[in-house]
Amino acid sequence: MELFELTAFELSNKLSAGEVSAREVTEAFLNRISSVEDNVQAYVTVTKDEALKQADAVDEARKAGEKLSPIAGIPLALKDNMCTTGVETTCSSKILRGFLPPYNATVVEKLNDAGAVVTGKVNLDEFAMGSSTENSGFFTTHNPWDLSAVPGGSSGGSTAAVAAGEAAWALGSDTGGSIRQPAAFCGVVGLKPTYGRVSRYGLIAFASSLDQIGPITRDVRDAATLLTAISGYDPRDSTSVNLEVPDYARSLTGDIKGKRIGVPREYFAQGVEGSVADAVKAAIAKLTELGAIAEEISLPHSEYALPTYYILAPAEASSNLARYDGVRFGHRTARATNYVDLFEKTREEGFGAEVKQRIMIGTYALSAGYYDAFYIKAQQVRTLIKRDFDTAFEKYDAIVSPTAPTVAFPIGERSNDPLAMKLSDVLTIPANMAGIPAISIPCGFSNGLPIGLQIMAPAFAEETLLQIAYAYEQSTEWHRQRPKL
Amino acid sequence: MGGITTIIMSSQLSLEEISKVGQLARLQLTDDEKVALTGHLNDILQQFGRLQELDTTGVPPTSHSLPLQNVFRDDVAAASLPRDAATLNAPEKRDGNFIVPQIMED
Repeated sequence: MELFELTAFELSNKLSAGEVSAREVTEAFLNRISSVEDNVQAYVTVTKDEALKQADAVDEARKAGEKLSPIAGIPLALKDNMCTTGVETTCSSKILRGFLPPYNATVVEKLNDAGAVVTGKVNLDEFAMGSSTENSGFFTTHNPWDLSAVPGGSSGGSTAAVAAGEAAWALGSDTGGSIRQPAAFCGVVGLKPTYGRVSRYGLIAFASSLDQIGPITRDVRDAATLLTAISGYDPRDSTSVNLEVPDYARSLTGDIKGKRIGVPREYFAQGVEGSVADAVKAAIAKLTELGAIAEEISLPHSEYALPTYYILAPAEASSNLARYDGVRFGHRTARATNYVDLFEKTREEGFGAEVKQRIMIGTYALSAGYYDAFYIKAQQVRTLIKRDFDTAFEKYDAIVSPTAPTVAFPIGERSNDPLAMKLSDVLTIPANMAGIPAISIPCGFSNGLPIGLQIMAPAFAEETLLQIAYAYEQSTEWHRQRPKL
Repeated sequence: MGGITTIIMSSQLSLEEISKVGQLARLQLTDDEKVALTGHLNDILQQFGRLQELDTTGVPPTSHSLPLQNVFRDDVAAASLPRDAATLNAPEKRDGNFIVPQIMED
């Protein structure tokens, strides 16, 4: 196998054993990027020189006998909504073209301290708003399993890069499913941690009560390892939780005997394709074979999650995106004659259509006369959705469902139908509303396109999540498949 | 505030309302954009109508999922972003200040 086809764990073992240097590993991935990027288009910025410098530093440290982190020397791609000092950070938006953050995101600091090798910044739907990466202000990323299909979104660049071997692993962000859905579409593992588990400092905000950074990897072990590396309390993020970070890889025993799994009937109704439902049901049967107990349950407010999200997320976004005003950073219009012009023209020129749409929805929902009917009402429904999960978790260790209703759709098929586009998040949104952790892992294919299995667990029960995911994964071969590029 | 809030909801946003919201959002939309937006927003607003079906009497709103409140730090002076770093990306600057078009009329 080529170096770029290996998991981070396999690479880490080779590095520790001295079989290969971090430079060789990094060069292998950089060469891979050169050979497939024209087709995949995952990267906004490739940081070749910095990556090689980081790799050399790791090799030096290892020669000097230093004890190194399991993530040291392993090439990683960062979704371009995480601040990296001195490296352009754009959120795939024209309004941030050329923006050089004056500080690193906390997760980036942690990665740097641990010796990670960052290969570059990868593509997303503009400001993380979208489900296909087609809303990127620059270009669309292609699904490595079928270049005419979307990779999913908004972390489509991250998942495509990992699937294509253009990075051993990546970080994405998830507000309504933006790690899990593209992970499902690209046949990789994507994990959204519990809200508050990973610091949001330096993650350019979309919806502050929903956003979370998480790992995107080839397999569950790598997800566990990367999760440990990025988690932890951060006083610079007021929603960061002060809870110890376990070594998540330790929970991968493979034993799930007696684990109680709830299967919500509502998650098989909402426009779920036959082949997807079949693959997920087969996966649940496999979990039962492995000793888990699966039962049908109901999460009665599931159908209200989508409309609730499409009030709350845009409302929060309209506030978070008010800072893009052309004053202190980012694009500034050349046509301003007064300060109102400055704001209005700058934003008109800099934002794409989807972003403008969501700002408009959010502004409307928060405006006088509508605030109670829309925003407060949505927050109350959010409570009901959260309570559905609380009730279910009294009896069950985890909840299992398809990640997305369909497999990856063709590029261009839904880009003019925002409602159809949003339906692809229907099964992932509830976990963000409730703040609970959720993972997507590969569980099959339909016409050559990957299908994702979603597992959800109670807040801060990532160990349970990873346990169940690992047990299933190790009894199948899905995670060993590689697209032909 | 209790019970189901009744409100006369415009099931169709007018172009005028779109313009007003655009002003609040500080977006100078083109006429084509306004027309397209009206359609899209109305589709999504239809979805919102379904929330009115639910009885949320006595249900507290959830603004975020954690039981965290009033997260403060001690009132101790600490290092903050240096001026050069803060003005690094300024479209126009002078003497460590951001230059903008005139705000007040003379």
